[in-house]
Amino acid sequence: MSSALVYALTGAALFVLGMAGLILQPHLLRKILAFNIMGSGIFLMLVGVAQRAGTPDPVPQAMVLTGIVVAIAATALALALARQLLDMNGEMRLPEEKTGKDRLDV
Amino acid sequence: MRTLLNVTVLFLASAFGLALGWLILDLPVAAVRLPEQVTAQLEMSGVVHPVTAVLLNFRGYDTLLEIAVLLLALLGILALPRHVSDHQHRPSSANPVLQTLTRVLAPLMLLVAGYVLWAGAHRPGGAFQAGAVLAGAGVLLHLAGLLPAWATPGRTLRAGLAVGLLVFIAVAVALMAQGTLLQYPLSWAGALILMIEASLTLSLGLILAGLYLVLTDSGVQK
Repeated sequence: MSSALVYALTGAALFVLGMAGLILQPHLLRKILAFNIMGSGIFLMLVGVAQRAGTPDPVPQAMVLTGIVVAIAATALALALARQLLDMNGEMRLPEEKTGKDRLDV
Repeated sequence: MRTLLNVTVLFLASAFGLALGWLILDLPVAAVRLPEQVTAQLEMSGVVHPVTAVLLNFRGYDTLLEIAVLLLALLGILALPRHVSDHQHRPSSANPVLQTLTRVLAPLMLLVAGYVLWAGAHRPGGAFQAGAVLAGAGVLLHLAGLLPAWATPGRTLRAGLAVGLLVFIAVAVALMAQGTLLQYPLSWAGALILMIEASLTLSLGLILAGLYLVLTDSGVQK
């Protein structure tokens, strides 16, 4: 198994971790972080799978570079929206999450 | 109830992860050999480094849309009502060590950004990395209390934020006459890419710094 495949498999694990966090964590900050972890997993998978034959592939690398910058912008917008929600409702969670006790909250 | 949900989600996520890992291991070799295609076309691109060639020549429209998305995200943040915090904390306005260090580092970071931008033509580097360094310099200056937050960007700042997208669009429109989107003429390719990258660096740096500087609490003008 080449090292590129290790990257790809790590990416898959990160994606799944992020997905579970996105569903399970009610706090919006944690949801945004989990979403970023999902994104990082996808980037690792893209780059890892593309160079599993041994030679690095510049096309997915360029795509991932673009993706990283867009992910930063999306995260900043998400943080701004989350803070807006905090100003309006006084809490960092979606209205649907209100019912039910959650022990995982910070 | 909550525990049941946790267990279900964790079980499904692990199953999905295992399936994903198995698919990655089982994936057949790609039918299209992109690295060879890039290498074959590299001398037509105007740059020597393959990633820069892909970013700004072969798939230039991705980069064009990317800078548009970044600008849109910043506009979205600017469009939200200003955040009024109860505790107006001035970010370490009087830390002489940090301020002195920042005064030394900021010009060096500018220099590094310029170098990384120039290096992008023939080795890893380019507009994105240079823009990130510029943005880092901006955030550092703000944390040291040397640069006020941007509550409402002025005319010059707005021009700087938009120049990357505008130059890119101008080049794309000017080249439309030959019928294909963003296909640079061979003799100008290097110069056009450098011009686009330079304006992209400025805009990216300002936008990325702006994402932070617009969001900080002290952005509220009293």
